[in-house]
Amino acid sequence: MTLFLQQLFNAAALGGVYALVALGLTLVYGVMRVPNFAHGGLYMLGAYFTFAGLTRLGWPYLLSLLVAALLVAAIAALMERFIFYPLRDAPHVQPMIAAIGVLFFMEAAIAHPRVFGPEFQTMPSPINTIVNVGGVTVTGQRLLVIAASVLVVFGLNYFLKRTLTGATIEAMSQNRQGARLVGIDTNRVGMLTFAISGALAAVAAALIAPINLVSPSMGEVMNLKVFAIIILGGMGSVPGAIVGAFLLAFAETFGGAYISTDFADVIGFAVLVLVLALKPQGLFRRSA
Amino acid sequence: MKRVSWGWAALLVVAALLPLLRPSGYLLDIGVNIMIFAMVAYGMNVLLGYTGQLPLAHAGFFAIGAYTVGILTLKAGWSFWLAWPAAVLLCAALGLLLGLVAFRTRGDVFAIFTLGVGVIIMLVINKWDSLTGGNEGLNGVNPPAGLEAFAQALGLKLSAGFYYLALVSLVLTVVAVARARGSTFGLSLIAIRGGEDLARSAGINVYAHKLRAMMFSTAIAGFAGGVYAVYIGFLGSAAASPAQTFTILLYLLVGGLGTLAGPLLGTALMYGLTQALQGLEDYRFLIFGPLLVVLVMFAPQGLVGLWLRERARRAVRAQGRAQAQEVNRA
Amino acid sequence: MLEVQDLGIRFGGLHAVKDVTASIPAGQITAIIGPNGAGKSTFFNLISGFYQPTSGRIQFAGEDITRLKTHEVVSRGIARTFQTTTIYRELSVLENAMIGHRVRTRAGLLDALLRTGRERQDVQGSRDGAMAALTRVGLAAQAHLPAGALTQEGQKRVGIAMALSSDPKLLLLDEPAAGMNPEETVNLMALIRELVAGGLTVALVEHKMSLVMGLADQILVLHHGQKIAQGTPAQVSRDPAVIEAYLGSHAHGGQMGQTTPAETTLQKGGAHA
Repeated sequence: MTLFLQQLFNAAALGGVYALVALGLTLVYGVMRVPNFAHGGLYMLGAYFTFAGLTRLGWPYLLSLLVAALLVAAIAALMERFIFYPLRDAPHVQPMIAAIGVLFFMEAAIAHPRVFGPEFQTMPSPINTIVNVGGVTVTGQRLLVIAASVLVVFGLNYFLKRTLTGATIEAMSQNRQGARLVGIDTNRVGMLTFAISGALAAVAAALIAPINLVSPSMGEVMNLKVFAIIILGGMGSVPGAIVGAFLLAFAETFGGAYISTDFADVIGFAVLVLVLALKPQGLFRRSA
Repeated sequence: MKRVSWGWAALLVVAALLPLLRPSGYLLDIGVNIMIFAMVAYGMNVLLGYTGQLPLAHAGFFAIGAYTVGILTLKAGWSFWLAWPAAVLLCAALGLLLGLVAFRTRGDVFAIFTLGVGVIIMLVINKWDSLTGGNEGLNGVNPPAGLEAFAQALGLKLSAGFYYLALVSLVLTVVAVARARGSTFGLSLIAIRGGEDLARSAGINVYAHKLRAMMFSTAIAGFAGGVYAVYIGFLGSAAASPAQTFTILLYLLVGGLGTLAGPLLGTALMYGLTQALQGLEDYRFLIFGPLLVVLVMFAPQGLVGLWLRERARRAVRAQGRAQAQEVNRA
Repeated sequence: MLEVQDLGIRFGGLHAVKDVTASIPAGQITAIIGPNGAGKSTFFNLISGFYQPTSGRIQFAGEDITRLKTHEVVSRGIARTFQTTTIYRELSVLENAMIGHRVRTRAGLLDALLRTGRERQDVQGSRDGAMAALTRVGLAAQAHLPAGALTQEGQKRVGIAMALSSDPKLLLLDEPAAGMNPEETVNLMALIRELVAGGLTVALVEHKMSLVMGLADQILVLHHGQKIAQGTPAQVSRDPAVIEAYLGSHAHGGQMGQTTPAETTLQKGGAHA
């Protein structure tokens, strides 16, 4: 029972991180109709920027996190402007291939010995409080992850539902053509969505990095997971991404604990294969 | 059309005569590698260039082909000449399985899905120690029976024998792809690339055609993998890595999607270039990454595509001139 | 020839087509009209197997085709064209028509790789079938041009040839005259009449009342996804429910380019969304 509760707690933290990364990806897909393979790269950059702020510049954790989020948001926005926007009317394989190019460039750049190098790095944990609740070890960092991701998800929801700019993003993900007709500046919305997705990915990376290790290939692994999540949740669906994220986190945590850790990283995809074989539209089909 | 066939024939003659000129082992090795990876590029081209689907698991199928030959010859004692077709059939069957699931979804999901499957293939190869040797890999895959004797009969070394094995395989691949492209089946693939809904309403069974294209494509990757296994002699899971898939994707893009000469030209150029920039090996994506972006943005049709387009433009202009002259005469 | 019974489809909570019972008689031209959003194109998509109906049945030549996939429907003898000039612009006119003929050939990948007798036979049959279709629409001379190089009207004909080369019994034309000038429209009408004289059954969705009134033997009127009338042009244009539907939609802001059939018989059609 204690083991079970421990796993539950860990899974909740992991699910929060997955939700943040998957939300950005699903928003971008909703608005641009392009699966952004570079999304994992943005996540990886977020981790390294935070790492650099903490270890090389000696900044406090929160400042490093915020600066990383801003930087990654800017990079994502530039990517939209200079790559995805010009390719918006091209056959879909073209922006997909471009995104792959960006992902591998980011990875190669970070892995270069003059930058960070290819090896795994440990990020110092900013919060070292450990509480023991009925045998369950509750680390401060995991608590922070849960709290922060809940906060961000609610903030995002408020933004999408209650503000004009957010409503615009929603409108565009429903119907791009229609949004253009009613006079929404679709150019700006695309950039903004990318920026938000980048910031979300960077925050998620900064939150989880002190628990896991940091490496140039962390983005590739995350890519697979969040794509599995958003396909399961229905590409472009916000609630689907959140539910999918927690489902995956639970499947991974319990699968890893009770079956095998070797394949924990691809459990999501195994589940995805099964689900798609049975239900090609994903679990939560977007109403057309 | 005729002129193009002559070009291929001339290229084949030159390629076939090359080992007789006793080139350095290094040059021959580059030739063999180019031919092997060009085959994988041809396989990808069937799906990406002709059918319009982005397959991202091809290094995985390449590795499955290679490991099947390695395992069957080393552990089951099969002859290469039996293991090789078996590997091709296995890859076709696995391609069918993947397609059965992946093509139930639409367009974009296919690429994501195959990317995931590629990673899973690599992981399975890496972790299944008892079968694949895991991290250690498989060592000492033997050259095919009779290959050395064949080379000696020509007064050449074993490396030249491998060169001819790769050349024959490549020729078979190109002929197979050209035949498929020229058939009613191939035209149906082009129709799917041009617009799935339109193809469907024109009466094409899109799902069945995609499945067959997938099987053909993965079978070619496995075919190439078989040659790779005996040539390299050592197999590691890195052969299945997504980075390998993207490298071949780049070859294909440089050469020209959906063209017959593109995969070979792109592979020859880019592989040669990578060899020239030896020190770059580990960081090749510092250049390859941006190159992928620039290509899809500014020259998505690749070198052969650009050339074809230029030729078509000239033909139109010539036609225009001829018409103008006729008008003048009249 | 084609009978639908209680045909309906829901998207979410919306009934795009609801309880339509109608028939398309053989050897005639049936026009399907109705205000924008009346469910005309959805009706076509249901018949051609593009959408699966949520209720009702479709019978074609005595066979139930309700659950068939699109390519199976085409092989039974129902072909369609699209609203816009949806063809393969970068392919040649002949290749476009050959794609339409694919449903009549059986050669697969292995035939292609081994160049079997069946493959050679199918390639030849495909060319012949495609050329026959091109001849019917008057494009035989342009067979080797890229389809995109043709005029709007030419591209429409390519679309029709693509449908014809599948050797259909029933041809569905979705707004065939959209974007055509009056002269081209007249040519198109002549072509359709010729096809019907050759034994084909035609159903078409069209906004241009001149074309509908001048061409149709039968008119089926849809409104809010439901059938409100079916009959000869004369009957339909006098039908109070039809007049009400068209006038009603005008009263609510209406749609451009639509007038009641009773009001006019020579409307040139305006800009359609």
